[in-house]
Amino acid sequence: MTNTETYNYKVVRQFSIMTIVWGLVGMSVGVLIAAQLAWPVLNFDVPWLTFGRLRPLHTNAVIFAFGGCALFATSYYVVQHTCHVKLAFPALAAFTFWGWQAVILLAAITLPLGITTSKEYAELEWPIDILITLVWVSYALVFFGTIVKRRIPHIYVANWFFGAFIITVAVLHLFNSAALPVSFWKSYSAYAGVQDAMVQWWYGHNAVGFFLTAGFLGIMYYFVPKQAGRPVYSYRLSVVHFWALVFTYIWAGPHHLHYTALPDWAQSLGMVMSLILLAPSWGGMINGIMTLSGAWHKLRTDPVLRLLIVSISFYGMSTFEGPMMSIKTVNALSHYTDWTIGHVHSGALGWVALVSMGAMYYLIPRMFGRELYSLRLVEVHFWTATIGIVLYITSMWVAGIMQGLMWRAVNEDGTLTYSFVESVQAMHPYYIVRTLGGAFFLLGAVVMAYNLWRSVADAKPVEVEIPEPASAH
Amino acid sequence: MADFNSDFWHWYIAILTVLSILACVWLLRWMTTGYKKTDTVEDTGHIWDGDLTELNNPLPRWWLGLFYITIAFGGFYLLLYPGLGTFSGMLDWSSRGEYEQEVERVEAEVGPLFARYQQTPIVDLVKDETAFKIGERLFANYCTTCHGSDARGARAYPNLRDGAWIWGGAPEEIKTTIMHGRQAAMPAWEAALGGKGGVDEITQYVLSLSGRATITELVAGGKEKFQVFCVACHGADGTGNKAFGAPNLTDDIWLYGSSITRIGQSIAEGRNGNMPAQGEFLGEAKVHLLAAYIYGLSQGNQ
Repeated sequence: MTNTETYNYKVVRQFSIMTIVWGLVGMSVGVLIAAQLAWPVLNFDVPWLTFGRLRPLHTNAVIFAFGGCALFATSYYVVQHTCHVKLAFPALAAFTFWGWQAVILLAAITLPLGITTSKEYAELEWPIDILITLVWVSYALVFFGTIVKRRIPHIYVANWFFGAFIITVAVLHLFNSAALPVSFWKSYSAYAGVQDAMVQWWYGHNAVGFFLTAGFLGIMYYFVPKQAGRPVYSYRLSVVHFWALVFTYIWAGPHHLHYTALPDWAQSLGMVMSLILLAPSWGGMINGIMTLSGAWHKLRTDPVLRLLIVSISFYGMSTFEGPMMSIKTVNALSHYTDWTIGHVHSGALGWVALVSMGAMYYLIPRMFGRELYSLRLVEVHFWTATIGIVLYITSMWVAGIMQGLMWRAVNEDGTLTYSFVESVQAMHPYYIVRTLGGAFFLLGAVVMAYNLWRSVADAKPVEVEIPEPASAH
Repeated sequence: MADFNSDFWHWYIAILTVLSILACVWLLRWMTTGYKKTDTVEDTGHIWDGDLTELNNPLPRWWLGLFYITIAFGGFYLLLYPGLGTFSGMLDWSSRGEYEQEVERVEAEVGPLFARYQQTPIVDLVKDETAFKIGERLFANYCTTCHGSDARGARAYPNLRDGAWIWGGAPEEIKTTIMHGRQAAMPAWEAALGGKGGVDEITQYVLSLSGRATITELVAGGKEKFQVFCVACHGADGTGNKAFGAPNLTDDIWLYGSSITRIGQSIAEGRNGNMPAQGEFLGEAKVHLLAAYIYGLSQGNQ
């Protein structure tokens, strides 16, 4: 039987292009709010442009619009290519694209208007939450439907991570967003007090763990071996770190609530599991970086591969930093300071954004049957992005630790040495450096967008026939 | 333990936690035993998408060691500290206990210092430079959010340097204000005054008390209404009454803004300024020093 069926590239293409668009939007808002912290006059006294409303817009845009579109695009591409079949339920796949764009647009309208549940990373009100649920169930049907009809018995490791990410995010979203609507645009959480806080951070930390980690490990497991042309380093390591990662991540939420009303036992469990999470996280880093064994020389000539490898390095660094910050005595210093912001961005810019961008350099030209327009521009992107990240995280380390030390400094008479506003004043130069770092990173993204646009501007979308699976030996 | 409504949850948490940590160990054992050591790296033989393959390198030993160390640390931590349900840990540590100990330690250190100052009358403390410094720090920690770093206040938060005291500026009056807080109650007068016209008249009269009336023909009518509705608190001459926290209307100092609109709004809609009580939170000794600092400011101390 000859197979002349083609891959469903349309939905992959749509999501890939929107990844770039939302990336630029989300990062621009990020640079604006970073600048607002340094120069509050940039709030312009317009309620819709104030930091408090734009900050959730920034986080939603970069996590769920940019990151989300990258995950949809890559998972749809990878699951087809590693199962050797066309995407299941094409109508549902199309619905996930338009539905997800509708969610993003609604977020972009409601958040600046101040319509919010006030739950971090889950600010969208209940009608939008219902739309998210519909999109997500469709996503699961398309993804697992494709897995079911695969033509290769073994399921590739990237799909384990995509699968875990899709299932867990569904569970997290359903439980955390449970709410009682009082009007069309206002609802109240189904939980109260410390239970609400615990559910919120069980959700919040696993948004990091499953949305921003497991899903992006799925990206790494396909695009790194492909770009390097090397086999994955260790199947055994994949098995151990996959199960250990998905199992321990789900416990780690309480470390966001150290020294609060959360009972001591829950805080301890959160801390212990966060520490045990270190090795499983590093398992992914080892598997990604060691995949380059025998192909290290390619780093010199291939800036896309370099982007991917640097992203894995940042993954390793922030997954070391995270468990350290979850230790209660360290957390006593770091909590509520900008160190946390720096930590999040070493993961978000260094890992999530860079690995997505690497995947987009691979994906978008292929969607149009083209080569990348310019490797030199990728080189420029690589360096501006790296400088941006380093400026961002080092300024926030210094600022955060200084802030923590200023807050806890006491005089001999037991009074605090510094008033709050003095610590704010001390942050000012670091806020400027952070804004600069963000601007560098955004500049790199603009260069990427230009490069990709030049690569495909005059090209037609391609149809690619699905090859027969290689017979296993 | 108050956290649980039945023993079931204690066992549920304790058993699940122990089993989970053991499961990590089992996972590692499973993936490290039964694999033969060979010189060549195995390939799993799986091929996807043309050229995607997998090697099967052994788990790096340093990584395996790291994993076991974190598991062992977790085990010991849960023996020493609360974590396994109601088991409070061998160190009998609790965050509440640590907090109480620390408060006790600091109280023992600084308590005598504050107690000594508490014996000294405020009028004498004002001359004590160290007391003034401590008061300044307390003010920076607890008062600046509303009254500003320079104690000059903001709209709705009184300036503490200008000597215009709403509730009294004697040392003991200041202390009482900080200890017990103050609740101002200027009622909304618009309805009683027969609408906006009445409000405008009184506004003009009140402005005239500091020589700022803009529509002089309204002043006479305003004065008449003032004598009926306002004198009880603000006095016949408009100089106010500190017992009610009714401000002096003749000194051209305006807590809620000096514009005609703002003053009209105060009359029409009322104002309910609130100074929260600090006594229970800070304790009398600190309040005593704060009162001395603030009294000192009004006396021109820098």
